[in-house]
Amino acid sequence: MTHSSATADAFRQEVRDWLEENCPQSQRQPAVAADQFWGGRSGSFPSEDARLWYERMRDKGWVAPEWPREYGGAALDAQQARIIKQEMKRINARTPLYGLGLWMLGPALLEYGNTSQKEQHLPAIVKAETRWAQGYSEPGAGSDLASLQCRAEEHDDHFLVNGSKIWTTAADRCDWIFCLVRTSTEGKKQEGISFLLIDMHSPGVSTTPIELISGESEFCQTFFDNVKVPRENLVGELNKGWSVAKALLVHERKLMAEIGSDSPRKVVSPREAAEQYLQKDDTGKLTNTELRSQLADYDMQMHAIGLTHMRCFEERQAGVRSPAPLVMKYLGTEAEKTKSELLLKIMGSRGLGWEGDSFTDEELDTLRLWAMSKAMTIAGGSSEIQLNVIAKSVLELPQE
Amino acid sequence: MPLVLNEEQRLLRDTSREFLQRSAPVAALRALRDERNSLGYQADLWAEMAEMGWACVTLPEAYGGLDFGFLGLGCVLEETGRTLTASPLFASAVLGSNTILFAGTESQKEHYLPRIATGELTVALALDESHHHAPADTGCTAQCNDEHAVISGRKVFVADGHSAELLLVVAEDQYGLGIYAIPENTPGLLRERTVMVDSRNAANLTLNAVTVPLSQRLGGTEDCAAALEQALDRGRLALSAEMLGLVEEVFERTVAYLKEREQFGALIGSFQALQHRAAQLQAEIELCRSVVMQGLSAIDDAPEQVPLTASLAKARLNDLAEWATNEAVQMHGGIGVTDELEIGFFLKRARVSMQMLGDTAFHRDRYATLSGY
Repeated sequence: MTHSSATADAFRQEVRDWLEENCPQSQRQPAVAADQFWGGRSGSFPSEDARLWYERMRDKGWVAPEWPREYGGAALDAQQARIIKQEMKRINARTPLYGLGLWMLGPALLEYGNTSQKEQHLPAIVKAETRWAQGYSEPGAGSDLASLQCRAEEHDDHFLVNGSKIWTTAADRCDWIFCLVRTSTEGKKQEGISFLLIDMHSPGVSTTPIELISGESEFCQTFFDNVKVPRENLVGELNKGWSVAKALLVHERKLMAEIGSDSPRKVVSPREAAEQYLQKDDTGKLTNTELRSQLADYDMQMHAIGLTHMRCFEERQAGVRSPAPLVMKYLGTEAEKTKSELLLKIMGSRGLGWEGDSFTDEELDTLRLWAMSKAMTIAGGSSEIQLNVIAKSVLELPQE
Repeated sequence: MPLVLNEEQRLLRDTSREFLQRSAPVAALRALRDERNSLGYQADLWAEMAEMGWACVTLPEAYGGLDFGFLGLGCVLEETGRTLTASPLFASAVLGSNTILFAGTESQKEHYLPRIATGELTVALALDESHHHAPADTGCTAQCNDEHAVISGRKVFVADGHSAELLLVVAEDQYGLGIYAIPENTPGLLRERTVMVDSRNAANLTLNAVTVPLSQRLGGTEDCAAALEQALDRGRLALSAEMLGLVEEVFERTVAYLKEREQFGALIGSFQALQHRAAQLQAEIELCRSVVMQGLSAIDDAPEQVPLTASLAKARLNDLAEWATNEAVQMHGGIGVTDELEIGFFLKRARVSMQMLGDTAFHRDRYATLSGY
């Protein structure tokens, strides 16, 4: 055994022991939406145990294990953070704090923010004092994100922001929003964009929820009407916001590629559904040969995707570059859609209920997730955009 | 289990690539085809490959092997896939030697394996009897008494069956499933070379009361069914590694063509319709690379995972090989269907590899069964 793997094993044992002692039993089962803690001024703990669990993780620094200690992290390396994740998963421990601040803005601020920005925002995220929304897309700027129009005019000590952002997740419950805004109309369209942090409680900010085909309205449209934003809320250089955004998109895509493993609802797997909704013959084979084939195809796909996630991790550890990370968002989200369609086929008409007592919660959730899965290959860079990126960055095919 | 190559493995890959591209490029296969070479591979090339230790990469040291692991062997096989090199490497040194390794008695292993390891002896496994891989259906029979076995039946699609010096013939007998080591010139054994689309070696065998000493039965009087399955899974993973190399090569050639071919005043690689198709292939190649590496690593480190990953790998590589070679031809356009361009050799080898040791339907079914449904 190598020195590093012995150290890793010791750390794993330490994590296991600590979790055993500190994770309340009630927090060791999958979390449905109502069980999640997102923090922020309007956030509340779903239960006393959830509060206890979050506070213990926060005090340990494991809410953001890779962040520096002075910002509320535990200064661990990627391998240690992964061990914590694996050990939490092993006992089904819930994620103690959810949020775009933790997953997306934090890593971007660590890379691009100045010291006072880090000091102001990172501890507040870990302490669950602020909940963040993302302001990227606009009604006229979806896949073509760089054509965004929301304008920030420079004044002496502040910017004046006018325009709107769409698909701002839960913006009606958020305290802050990180936005891409247009600060120049000269040169290439990517070159006039800046990255701005906006307090959602500022005068002139308003938000309306959007109802989706899933019946949910997690997403909102947010409007800015002459909103005054202090100059110190600019992250990185003026007109250089595109590079911050790109770094952040990498985090978002990674997150979306992994999202299947940490879904906000209790999700039945196609294999479990097959046991429940399909018939088997005397030898234990599913009698519906067509669905049996489709199930095996899906299982093989997920098996291969899981192995590729592992390979990406090992390559990162070994310092080996490969195209694998760039294809994961495309594959992961397409597989989520395949899974939802397969579940509906396996459940038949029982998978088509919208609401009411004629259907189990699991059946109703499956249908809603099916509708939600359609957004996954659109948000965070659509599948078509992902393929463009692979063609350009991996295959280096000529651009028009 | 490692999913990245270590330094020694990378070195083996690089030296294999250099050697094969110099000594056995696709043009060498074309030459063998055009001259209707009776052996079907270059004997001196095989001697060089064996000299470099390729025939004994995974064999235990006790039998003259390097015990270097399957991930290492995979590096060599991937490169032979890139060059479509015809040699006894797969049929003899992988499938044949592992069949003896799992099914043979100690003295049989000591007798055969060191000679396979040096390339001096070539063997071939004669298993299939119908036009689809079906290891559970054996019609070939062996009647055994205390001293002899009399074997009768017919075998098809025996890889390297035409040139191997020793045939490992699978037959039902009173002990269960038997595997008999039958030298090439044994009376009653008829070999008919089949000319296959990939220009590589295969043969049909007819066994008319072939009589061999009972000592030629692998494993004494043990049932060999489980041993055969283990050897087959190693063969499936090894073949998947070769297919991965084939796919990577044909795909790289295609992408290179997209960057040089002009139509409508533009490089055709700038067309989004083609870019997306190429990007989708790249994504699938990434999955297949993980699957192959995991399967090969599992042979070395986690044998209990081998059956499932072998079926996963063979099914996925079958589908990818079909897809990638078809796209290669299509994206090359008219020149893609000429014999002059080498793309056709990849297309043809892919189809033979896809049938060998189980098509996608076979392995999807097996994956489902192993998964409990």
